[in-house]
Amino acid sequence: MTKPYLIELKNITKRFPGVIANDKVNFNVKQGEIHVLLGENGSGKSTLMSVLAGLYRPDEGEIIVRGTQMVFRSPGDAISAGVGMVHQHFKLIDSFSVAENVILGDHNVAPVLNMKDIENNLAQLSQRYGLHIDPSARVWQLSVGEKQRVEIVKMLYRGSRVLILDEPTAVLTPQETAELFKNLREMARSGRGVVVITHKMQEVMEIADRVTVLRKGKAVATLEKKQINRRDLAWLMVGQDVVRQYKKKSPPGEHKVLELQGVHCMNDLGRPCLQNVTFTVHSGEIFGIAGVAGNGQRELAEVVSGLRPVTGGSIYIKGNEITGGSPRRIIDHGVALVPEDRLGTGLVPNLGAVDNLILKDYRTGKLQRGPFLNLRQARENTKNLVNRFEIKLSSLDAPVKLLSGGNLQRLLLAREITAEPHLLVAVYPVRGLDIKATEAIHNLLLQQREKGMAILLISEDLDEIFKLSDRIGVLCNGQITGIIPAEMTDIEEVGLLMMGSDQAGEIAL
Amino acid sequence: MIVYGTKYVIEKKLAPSSSAYVVIPFSSIILALLVGAAFLVLSGHNFFEVYTAMFRGAFGSTYGLSETVVRTIPLTLTSLGVALAFRMQLWNIGGEGQLYMGAFAATWVALTFPGGSAWWVMPAMILLGMLVGGLWALLPAIPRAIWGVNEIITTLMLNYVAIFWVDFLVYGPWKDPHGFNFPLTATFSSGAILPSLGNSRIHAGLFFGLILAVIFYVVIYRTRWGYEIRVTGENPGAARYAGINIKKNIMLVMFFSGAVCGLAGMSEVSGIAHRLQHGLSPGYGFTGIIIAWLSRLNPFVIVIVTFLFGGLQVGGYIVQTSGIPSSMVTMLQGLLLFFVLGGELLTNYQVKKVPAKKVTAAPAGDDSV
Repeated sequence: MTKPYLIELKNITKRFPGVIANDKVNFNVKQGEIHVLLGENGSGKSTLMSVLAGLYRPDEGEIIVRGTQMVFRSPGDAISAGVGMVHQHFKLIDSFSVAENVILGDHNVAPVLNMKDIENNLAQLSQRYGLHIDPSARVWQLSVGEKQRVEIVKMLYRGSRVLILDEPTAVLTPQETAELFKNLREMARSGRGVVVITHKMQEVMEIADRVTVLRKGKAVATLEKKQINRRDLAWLMVGQDVVRQYKKKSPPGEHKVLELQGVHCMNDLGRPCLQNVTFTVHSGEIFGIAGVAGNGQRELAEVVSGLRPVTGGSIYIKGNEITGGSPRRIIDHGVALVPEDRLGTGLVPNLGAVDNLILKDYRTGKLQRGPFLNLRQARENTKNLVNRFEIKLSSLDAPVKLLSGGNLQRLLLAREITAEPHLLVAVYPVRGLDIKATEAIHNLLLQQREKGMAILLISEDLDEIFKLSDRIGVLCNGQITGIIPAEMTDIEEVGLLMMGSDQAGEIAL
Repeated sequence: MIVYGTKYVIEKKLAPSSSAYVVIPFSSIILALLVGAAFLVLSGHNFFEVYTAMFRGAFGSTYGLSETVVRTIPLTLTSLGVALAFRMQLWNIGGEGQLYMGAFAATWVALTFPGGSAWWVMPAMILLGMLVGGLWALLPAIPRAIWGVNEIITTLMLNYVAIFWVDFLVYGPWKDPHGFNFPLTATFSSGAILPSLGNSRIHAGLFFGLILAVIFYVVIYRTRWGYEIRVTGENPGAARYAGINIKKNIMLVMFFSGAVCGLAGMSEVSGIAHRLQHGLSPGYGFTGIIIAWLSRLNPFVIVIVTFLFGGLQVGGYIVQTSGIPSSMVTMLQGLLLFFVLGGELLTNYQVKKVPAKKVTAAPAGDDSV
């Protein structure tokens, strides 16, 4: 007899402005299994699990818990229905003890706390699943792995039958990962259902009883353990469509515009991020950086544009060393950046189009009139750019935060391109845009390439990388795991490189 | 459990309607006055009489009006000063202290060169008052720029240092030997006194505020430096990305912010008190913060709102004679800020009705949501 479903998601659809994060997704968890949810960043994994954990309400579809249809209005509803989520970023209070954190927000706790009892219960519970934690320890004293165990115990203590872990191994050492997997096995054996969200194939191979692959918001397949192999998974994850490259009029140029030599940098947490990154981008060339988000893409763009300090190696623009230069100096050397976060970094949301379009050149040339701004000239330029780039505005002074994603991106590109930089760094340039806007942005990039601009294109969308790039560099764990001319590779090879070079080698054999 | 019912949610409006900018602040003011009236009634007063008396006192006579303008002068300056810093999201709560330091520096000039000609004593008082006020604001700006030390705390604390420094001077070394032991310095000689209008106490400091309001506007909206301030204030991430030197601007903006507050102190000693004294300012630096916010940091609105606030203070002073405590005015100021800022939420958000919907909650029971 097949084991009963603990929970079923049927035809879940969740839309965000401009994107369908989940498109009629079916997903279920059986008693006693570990079900892995696999997909690239942006494929809709986290959205789906947030629906299951009561953080988002689906626009369409049903949530069925042990046969009863339910509406989760809050994470509280989900928890009382037995669904517990361990987030990637822990929701713990550092100055509280483990036991205090566990009972936080639990309505079933007696008004007068008996901490001794609670601690004893916790100790027993964690013992049973081999989760070693000290209930009286303060959270700030714990390692990352221990904190994660606290989160897991918290959910078990609240009686969760289904436990969701969002990229649990991202923060763990290999030893801690092995330990965690042992614990998860134990929990499944006791009749709970475990969902692990990941984009790492290795983990699927290790622990999955079943795997569901998400791609661009759709569940493309659910496979049983015996059906799972790496090649199929890679193929399912990155998509099987044949990608046609845009036609390019000219071959890339010969002049080196951007050169990185053995560049190292730290991430925001002060851990090593980029390691020994070396590559060159030539004039009239689009160099695509492929990789799963969070492998150093953002840091790479920031290092090149001077927003993040370099801890080793050197960077050259047209032969001039700019390592450690200020953003201002790097702008003056002809580097333009279309940042990942348009409204957060690239634009000033509450100011109008005029003020936003002069952000990079307000201190130069025509716009300068002593200490004053030449506002008439700025308005004139804005009108021209708005026409030339077909930006739809209600007025030149309306705050740009009111614009649609496609218009925002056109505004941003208009500014960066008209500065006529030697190098344009474009990070996720079409994220969140519809097909028409995407095509327009791509054409703009290609036009600049024909004009001889060097373009460093960073994207998590492999189709985009393939359509535009002359050469593709793959970034994985802060390292370049391969640089391949676009016409000599295919999506599958790049997909495997993205998951880590060892696995690609293994498959190639 | 099944829940029926209509829900109300607060949603962000994309574009506030232009009428909202007028209607909402005015309704907020009326609400503030109503709540103030409730307190008046509770303490056994006829609120209508009190409000009328306040209004008449502040605007109904030449004397009242001139006193209102007298209050307006320092308030305009402190409001403009702190508003400049607020433009860049620098929370300069130290306007009061910067005012005192400006007054101290101006007084030093006046006392050191008694009998000097106004032609050079006056400019020296202005410049030194602004310089010392500015340096007093630069002091917390440096750790803020370099290490990110919270300027709210440091500027607030430096207020007390400045106030007690002035107290030390007027109770000690600078005390007027002929002043019957009162905590004040000797009266300035005529060269150190700002000319006043006729018999009233309105003095030339009024022009400082009006001129600075214009300069403030031009700098913020027409210059490249003002553009940098606006960008940094709205989005520091974009400022960094555009290559704007944020640290330098933090220091510059705080310096000028303090300098304008320092000028307020200079104009008080030179135009009103004609000497440095204990309790020189009844909290002009703090009231300036309220005014700056109520005016949405717009320099011309600041001038108007300041005039109303000056009137409020004078009106409150006048009704004190009929037994209304002076704290009434402070309370009204607080209420105004509370309601106007609360009303601002309504300008940017709207309350939306969500139709009733059948909701089945989790069966497991305990959802006391």
